[in-house]
Amino acid sequence: MSETNFLLAIEDLTVSFDGFKAVDGLNLYVARNELRVIIGPNGAGKTTVLDLICGKTRATAGSIKFKNCELLGMAEHKIVHSGVGRKFQTPSIYENLTVFENLELSYPSGQSVFGTLAFRRTAEVIARIEEVAESIYLKDQLDIEGAFLSHGQKQWLEIGMLLMQNPEMLMLDEPVAGMSPAEREQTAELLKKICENRSILIIEHDMDFVSRIAHKVTVLHLGKILAEGSMAEIQNNEKVQDVYLGH
Amino acid sequence: MKKFYNNVLGGRSGSIGVIILAILLFAILPMSLDAFRLNLVGKYLTYAFVAVGLVLLWGNSGVLSLGQGIFFGLGGYCMAMFLKLEASSVENTKIQSTPGIPDFMDWNQITHLPSLWVPFKSLPFALVAVAFVPTFIAFVVGTAMFKRRVGGVYFAVITQALALILSLGIDGNQGLTGGRNGITDLRTLLGWDIRTKSAQYVLYFACCALLIGAILLSRFVLSTRMGRLLLAMKDKEDRVRFSGYDVASFKVFVFCLAAAMSGVGGALFVLQVGFISPSLVGIVPSIEMVIFAAVGGKQSLLGAVYGTLVVNAGKSLFSETFPQLWLFLMGGLFIAVVMLFPNGLAGIFDSIGSRFKKRSLIKALPKTTEVTVVELAETGGKS
Amino acid sequence: MFNIPITCATYTSEEIRSIFIMQGFAGLSLFSILLLMALGLAIIFGQMGVVNLAHGEFMALGAYMVYLCSQITANHFPAFQPYYFIIAIVVAFIVTALVGALVEWGMIRFLYKRPLDTLLATWGLSLIMQQAFRSIFGAREVTPTLPEWLMGSFKPTPTIDIPINGVFVMGLSLLLTLGVYIFMFRSRTGLHMRATVQNRAMSSAVGINTSLVDRFTFALGCGIAGVAGAAFTTIGSTGPDSGSRYIVDTFLVVVFGGAGNMAGTIVSSFGIAQGQSISEFFLEGTMGKVATLMAIVVILMIRPQGLFPSKVRT
Repeated sequence: MSETNFLLAIEDLTVSFDGFKAVDGLNLYVARNELRVIIGPNGAGKTTVLDLICGKTRATAGSIKFKNCELLGMAEHKIVHSGVGRKFQTPSIYENLTVFENLELSYPSGQSVFGTLAFRRTAEVIARIEEVAESIYLKDQLDIEGAFLSHGQKQWLEIGMLLMQNPEMLMLDEPVAGMSPAEREQTAELLKKICENRSILIIEHDMDFVSRIAHKVTVLHLGKILAEGSMAEIQNNEKVQDVYLGH
Repeated sequence: MKKFYNNVLGGRSGSIGVIILAILLFAILPMSLDAFRLNLVGKYLTYAFVAVGLVLLWGNSGVLSLGQGIFFGLGGYCMAMFLKLEASSVENTKIQSTPGIPDFMDWNQITHLPSLWVPFKSLPFALVAVAFVPTFIAFVVGTAMFKRRVGGVYFAVITQALALILSLGIDGNQGLTGGRNGITDLRTLLGWDIRTKSAQYVLYFACCALLIGAILLSRFVLSTRMGRLLLAMKDKEDRVRFSGYDVASFKVFVFCLAAAMSGVGGALFVLQVGFISPSLVGIVPSIEMVIFAAVGGKQSLLGAVYGTLVVNAGKSLFSETFPQLWLFLMGGLFIAVVMLFPNGLAGIFDSIGSRFKKRSLIKALPKTTEVTVVELAETGGKS
Repeated sequence: MFNIPITCATYTSEEIRSIFIMQGFAGLSLFSILLLMALGLAIIFGQMGVVNLAHGEFMALGAYMVYLCSQITANHFPAFQPYYFIIAIVVAFIVTALVGALVEWGMIRFLYKRPLDTLLATWGLSLIMQQAFRSIFGAREVTPTLPEWLMGSFKPTPTIDIPINGVFVMGLSLLLTLGVYIFMFRSRTGLHMRATVQNRAMSSAVGINTSLVDRFTFALGCGIAGVAGAAFTTIGSTGPDSGSRYIVDTFLVVVFGGAGNMAGTIVSSFGIAQGQSISEFFLEGTMGKVATLMAIVVILMIRPQGLFPSKVRT
């Protein structure tokens, strides 16, 4: 496999479930500090690509290189340690812990068995938690249990949990699904801010939101790339209009 | 010191709970029960070790093991082997064809002590084995299963199979293990006769002390980051994995800790009751131990002790007077705990407590703040 | 270290061949029983994800029903004696299915999302059923009077002795397996069952009464266990705890085969039954069973998905 200075280099990625190829010979490259949005009709394989990168699903063939390190076959928590953060489609936070505890659990030190026994809630940890909480608009909700947050707040909390890990690449699956227009505005601001020193890979359906934040857009269809380019180019692409966007 | 108070004793409400339990175990019961019944309570308390382990494993980590009898039994057999060897001194067994070996071996025409038994001549070895052997087995089984993501129902069924395997294995090897009758006729521990009343009192108090120790140790573990992690793991295992934690190793740790506690319980059982047999190792006792934890409230460490005492006391009471009725009741208890009282005694206790809190809080404040107060009381001011 | 007693004796090669054939046949009988038990459990566990620890007790219920029919016939309709058995099997099926439906309605349907709780609740149910058997039928084991045509054996060669009841049980198992297969995969109700399990919301949206289907599926699984119990009466006596004797084996069979997969269940029960009877011959008493169980557990630890897993996008 070739040397590359892309942050993420996916080559010839394939996964088949009992014969059905959800992802079919995919090639995708993401540069550092890039905000890439992946769009496409349902069943195109978008969530599956994220699953493959973070290790939730095992690929049948191909290669995923992150910082020139092969991710296929690595254990999920090791992939996390190498700098990849994943947000799930339905908000996946710890409902019976508070916002503070949710963020604290994501603090990236003391994560081994004995590490967790010895972990101390130092001033440094508290400061970092408050910093992240502020950026995800949850500074005043630190003592509220996850279950009592609104849908949008849960999405932000999950993003916050990922930010605590300080990943070099963040993968978000439909981050604004179910959010009000005001919340979408805030999320767009948040994403633009955190993109300053990391790459972000987003799956989204809301075209307005996408055009506001994307540096580059990739369109997936039937497990393969249909088109790639800026938002304007994609919106004018005939094939994309046929398959997904409409005329 | 403040850390100890908050983390190990559990703050104000936690310490009160431990103190009440301690008063019950160390003062009230010994003063109100005769030696025979106190010994029975001591026996029940050894089961409570397993129940406490299950609170950590099942209540807090979401891993149901239907085979904790394995670890209880292994700990018990280790202790029994030492005690049996001591009771089978050449002096005591001079009428046997081969003096100096346990009686059941003699009956099976065995002529020399099997190598498995030899190290158990030493008390330090036996004591270490009591905790180490169950932990080791739990480590092997746990690693094999959890690293392969075997969980939930599959794991429970396999632990059941393992309990069956061990009880059948012990059963079928009479020469080595005493077979179905188990290891009986234990007499002295380093010369101290454990069958006397005074010895039983001492052993009872030792058992209580160790049980409270186990509870405090568990409280400590649950107060650390690991405690929060286990709760998170129970709720959303995948998210925990993607936060950078190796979920399998945490499950293995808790499984081993629960196994070690069960082993200690088994050893204390042997000391207080004077025998061990495969009937304490197999499927039925293992599932019964789960019900002890469930009745107490599977997330409550103190509840585990009360649950064990209540169910066992009920068992003794009913099986004497209404033996037919007892199994119906036991079966019904399983169903009731699952369908009606998922939080067991602790849950009932908590809801009575919060109803009082609500009422007194509402009475104390003006009408307008009633709504917020009710919300606060409902969440119980949990941190 | 472990003193494993192994039978050592000298046999002629003719005798060894016969022993293998007879042990193989004993294995086939065991296979049939395990298969019937596992079939019912595979439907309930594999299809619905419900762990029914009382499954063995449903088997025992079927056996007790046959016994009951035998008693009724002997005491009231003695002329009917040679014919009652087939009817008894049908009765066993119906009664256990009805009890199964009742249990699903009263308990199981509240616990679908909580498999560990179902485990405990069905264990409680098994205790209740065992005690009910004890109270109604007594603690001692009972046997129905088997009809004439089931007794005896046929001898293809002087050293091979194949019992007729064994052949009957096998035939019944194969017939039932075929029946279940046809029902599940070729009938409309079977289609509804599979649809409900795979996508409840959609099935409900197209008008399938999913709660009724659930009840039916559970009842079917129990009914098959009842037939297993009826078959079991031909080769052994029935007591209140007969059910618990095979429950762990049955679960291991289902898990080993890759739960939810009928072909896997068949292969798995065959393998395990043969393994057990052969090892029981060479290793005395319970150690044969221990060896088989250990082998299964070890294999499951290496390959937890079982023999024929299905890779599905979760």
